[in-house]
Amino acid sequence: MTVEAALRSPLTAAEGPEPVLLDPSGYVQAGGDGRHTLHLMVEGVHCGACVRRIERALAAQAGVESARVNLTTRRLVVTWRGAAAMAARLVEVVTREGFRATPYDPRQLAAGDAEAERRLLRALAVAGFAAGNVMLLSISVWAGQAYAMGNATRALMHWFSALIALPAIAYAGQPFFSSALGALRKRRTNMDVPISVGVLLAAGMSLFETIRGGQHAYFDSAVALLFFLLIGRFLDLRARGRARSAAARLLALGAEAVTVLLADGRRQVLPAASVAPGMTVLVAAGERIGIDGRVQAGRSEIDTSLITGESLPRPVGVGDPVFAGTINQAAPLRLETTAVGERTLLAEIVRLMELAEQRRARYVVLADRIARLYAPAVHGLALATFLGWTILGGIAWQTALLYAVAVLIITCPCALGLAVPAVQVIASGRLLRRGILLKSATALERLAEVDTVVLDKTGTLTIGHPELDRRQPIDSSALKLAASLAGASRHPLAKALCRAAPSVPVADDVEEIAGQGLRCGNVRLGNRNWCGMAATDEASGPELWLARPDRPPVRFTFSDPLRADAASVIESLHRQGFAIELLSGDRAPAVAGIASEVGIERWQAARTPADKCAHLERLAHEGRKVLMVGDGLNDAPALAAAHVSASPASAIDISQNAADAVFQGDRLQPVLELLTVARRSHRLIRQNLALALAYNLIAVPVAILGLATPLIAAVCMSGSSLLVVGNALRLGRGR
Amino acid sequence: MTGLLYLIPAALFLGLLGLAAFLWALKNGQFDDPDGAAERILFDDDDR
Repeated sequence: MTVEAALRSPLTAAEGPEPVLLDPSGYVQAGGDGRHTLHLMVEGVHCGACVRRIERALAAQAGVESARVNLTTRRLVVTWRGAAAMAARLVEVVTREGFRATPYDPRQLAAGDAEAERRLLRALAVAGFAAGNVMLLSISVWAGQAYAMGNATRALMHWFSALIALPAIAYAGQPFFSSALGALRKRRTNMDVPISVGVLLAAGMSLFETIRGGQHAYFDSAVALLFFLLIGRFLDLRARGRARSAAARLLALGAEAVTVLLADGRRQVLPAASVAPGMTVLVAAGERIGIDGRVQAGRSEIDTSLITGESLPRPVGVGDPVFAGTINQAAPLRLETTAVGERTLLAEIVRLMELAEQRRARYVVLADRIARLYAPAVHGLALATFLGWTILGGIAWQTALLYAVAVLIITCPCALGLAVPAVQVIASGRLLRRGILLKSATALERLAEVDTVVLDKTGTLTIGHPELDRRQPIDSSALKLAASLAGASRHPLAKALCRAAPSVPVADDVEEIAGQGLRCGNVRLGNRNWCGMAATDEASGPELWLARPDRPPVRFTFSDPLRADAASVIESLHRQGFAIELLSGDRAPAVAGIASEVGIERWQAARTPADKCAHLERLAHEGRKVLMVGDGLNDAPALAAAHVSASPASAIDISQNAADAVFQGDRLQPVLELLTVARRSHRLIRQNLALALAYNLIAVPVAILGLATPLIAAVCMSGSSLLVVGNALRLGRGR
Repeated sequence: MTGLLYLIPAALFLGLLGLAAFLWALKNGQFDDPDGAAERILFDDDDR
């Protein structure tokens, strides 16, 4: 199937989620004996029932051999026997079930993350196995010390320990060794440097002790340390894995095809990047526009929500400008290209966003800031111990080295390595249960510092789509009739009517006239003119008229309602001492109305994306830490520029990508929840770090004095790790 | 004490067996979709 055919296929007119316009056949992978495989990212899969619906619908298609949805990564792999062109139909099946499906190339997409997770899990398994077995042998040795175990038996135990521990360390330690090497090469240090040095020295010294038949071997500490730290590392990666798969979506949406009308009247499908300004482009109804241009012929309605965040389509006629990324909703258009690729408004916004993001990337998390102090301190202490014992204490250098290594092992940041990820995992798990997805690892830390909240209006304070205004009484028979016509249209107002009267069946033979309205026999539903009413300048919101023969026309008005708890959430934020601002691209009267309704005193209207960005920078300059909440593409640069940001799950992909947290549902409560959990987890992280420090203050002198035995090291290490994890678990409980 | 000479290797062998089983399961994709696996057990049909 050609791209052109795919564009006109019923797929583009599918009801429900946004139409899929990519031709999936380019993503089909051919296997042996006529088998084909397609990888899709599926949005809107929440539970097992969704998985089953998709898999069943696909399995019912002739030729499909297997269809499997991965609920964790929201991805679908479908394999079938037959033509590659069947892909379009399969995507349509998924779309008809109510899920938006996007094909992607598994080879170029985040395969690295899954691989990293597996590698960590393998290392974790090996470390766990080794830690358990070496500990068994070590306990015999410790017990043997009390009951006078023979030297030969102890040596045997040590040799067995070495046999298990050395290969395990060589394998399971790699994540730390490579990260430490990388940091050292850049002449920096991170937490992995003291870890690597500690583990390697402990293993080497233990081997030396084993060879010379010594009393103390630290194999168990070295392996247990790796085991604990790998748990922290794995939890950390896991918590962020879900979010990353959501972010990866944007990559797959990249290439849009554009239909160009050549001078000789032929049509040609080109990638958006190779269209030149001045070319004539055809855009079908339901298609996403790939270029910036001016309307040459046709009259239609454009869904500009991606750019402006406005929920109602904007009517366009000859001479009006249209922008890349918007969707042509009603009728085919012929456009003259004015800008493409890098020069479109869309690209401009994305560039603003990237710029802002780069600035934010400089944020250094608390754990790394500590690591910068910690590594030199620990190594200095170990060196001082060694020199102190050899020069001042006058003992053999082997024994002094033993004490120095004990210092390194005791101070190895086991509790420190768990202190932060344990809290983060529990916090993000708790937020996830309430429909909030944390995307950035440092988001919690940044959220805890917030003192100012900046909100967008449309889609953030409000629901983001129009609902039937029920403040005036509505004739229910008129509503039912209107809804039966409206069911045939994808127009946002028509959809709102259907939501208001959900059980009404759709009338047959409904005809839609773009930009005007619907007709069924002699009943009409549409704008004022369409229903034979004189146009007035009476200022009013969006409306629909229903005209029936022999009866006066009925008017339905719509509004974009506030989120149900908007006012109470704003009030709580005020009470907790946050400064609140409203920053909108909408007109002043609309913004002022909303602002007074929810009780926000500081508001600005008619702001462009660049204005919003500049305002946030001004706030940052004043030393304020801003949480930006927004959903539209016009908010995306501001989301990236803010200290930390959140967006509702109804937001467009780019905004969800730019935001640090994404929340689901029709309520604003998650914003409050986010701030509360962030502050509590920040408190817990600091407590945990204090605990880890206190443990060091007690244990380190013992090690420096040369009193630490492997038994003491093992007890200290496990004890402090348990303490830290236990403290983190408190976050999961209660409110 | 001579019993240790074959008891310890035997214990290690059993442990390694468990480790191998885990690594096999990991490689086989058993841990790719923990959320989905938790739901799938509730599907009453077993067509796939």
